[in-house]
Amino acid sequence: MADFVITAQAQEKAGNLLINSLIKAGVRTALLIDSAGNVLANCGHEQQHIDIDAISLAALAAASLAATTQIAKLIGEDDFSLLFHKGKHGNIHFGRIGQELILITIFGDDVSLGLVRCRVSELAESIAEIFEG
Amino acid sequence: MALIDLSKKEVHCKIVYYGPGRCGKTTNLLYIYQAMDESDRGKMLTIDTKGDRTLFFDLLPLNLGKISGFDIRIQLYTVPGQVMYEATRKLVLKGVDGLVYVADPLLVRRERNIEGLEDLRRNLEAHNLKLEEMPIVLQYNKRDLVDTPVPTLTIEELEADLNSELKTKYFEAVATTGVGVFETLKEITKRTVRYVAEKHLLTKM
Repeated sequence: MADFVITAQAQEKAGNLLINSLIKAGVRTALLIDSAGNVLANCGHEQQHIDIDAISLAALAAASLAATTQIAKLIGEDDFSLLFHKGKHGNIHFGRIGQELILITIFGDDVSLGLVRCRVSELAESIAEIFEG
Repeated sequence: MALIDLSKKEVHCKIVYYGPGRCGKTTNLLYIYQAMDESDRGKMLTIDTKGDRTLFFDLLPLNLGKISGFDIRIQLYTVPGQVMYEATRKLVLKGVDGLVYVADPLLVRRERNIEGLEDLRRNLEAHNLKLEEMPIVLQYNKRDLVDTPVPTLTIEELEADLNSELKTKYFEAVATTGVGVFETLKEITKRTVRYVAEKHLLTKM
């Protein structure tokens, strides 16, 4: 696993993609992390004044997805590519982007899960290209 | 795996406290959390069982000032020490940049200390990392027990068991009262930042 070096250009590109595709569609927060739990891009919640502890969220999400991979292996799958949790007021979706990245989206009931899944899979290739080349 | 953010001029490193169950990994983090100024540390995250044993990991983010214009941000993790949680330890090691191996001085834990170091070596290999090539320091914790009737290992015995091949720096500590805790942290941070800087900042910039 190589170290990640993020340039200002890569961060701006990824941020714009997340804002245009997800935040403008009504998603509250889009957080791009790597599988070690580092935050690569964080969009959305600042504009909406919601305080999210991104560092804890990233660490827990990376751990949760890593644990899910092990569960997948126990039932003969290579991996599960996404995780979704539904809450009373908010929902969270974790999608894998390539081998090393995870895109976390937090959204309310005004946004459909189908739309989020669709947008995340649309974004996957462009984001992987920015960071994994 | 360090994260170097050139736009924010930040370097993020992951340091993992490893060691057998009940050796004091979480106690180290708790002491650091309580002793550090709020502006220099984030929230401490723990996932433990009802009996206060670490189930998944603890996480403590720290800001350690600037080096060459870059803000140094360190994330301290612990692993669950119990033997049965090997798979979890392997997950937490993903992307590790530096290691503290905390050893228990109780005579009855001698084998556990040695097994723990072997477990670390094996789990690093699963991530294509070699123990000898990583920044690592040893911490011989609970040294306050030496003056009690409880049978403990001497420093010479701990060195022979754990440090004969690594030949790295060790610290005597009493994590509950903070003795040796910051000395350990300072040394591993210095080594880790240097390791990451030599790989990237100095060679590529």
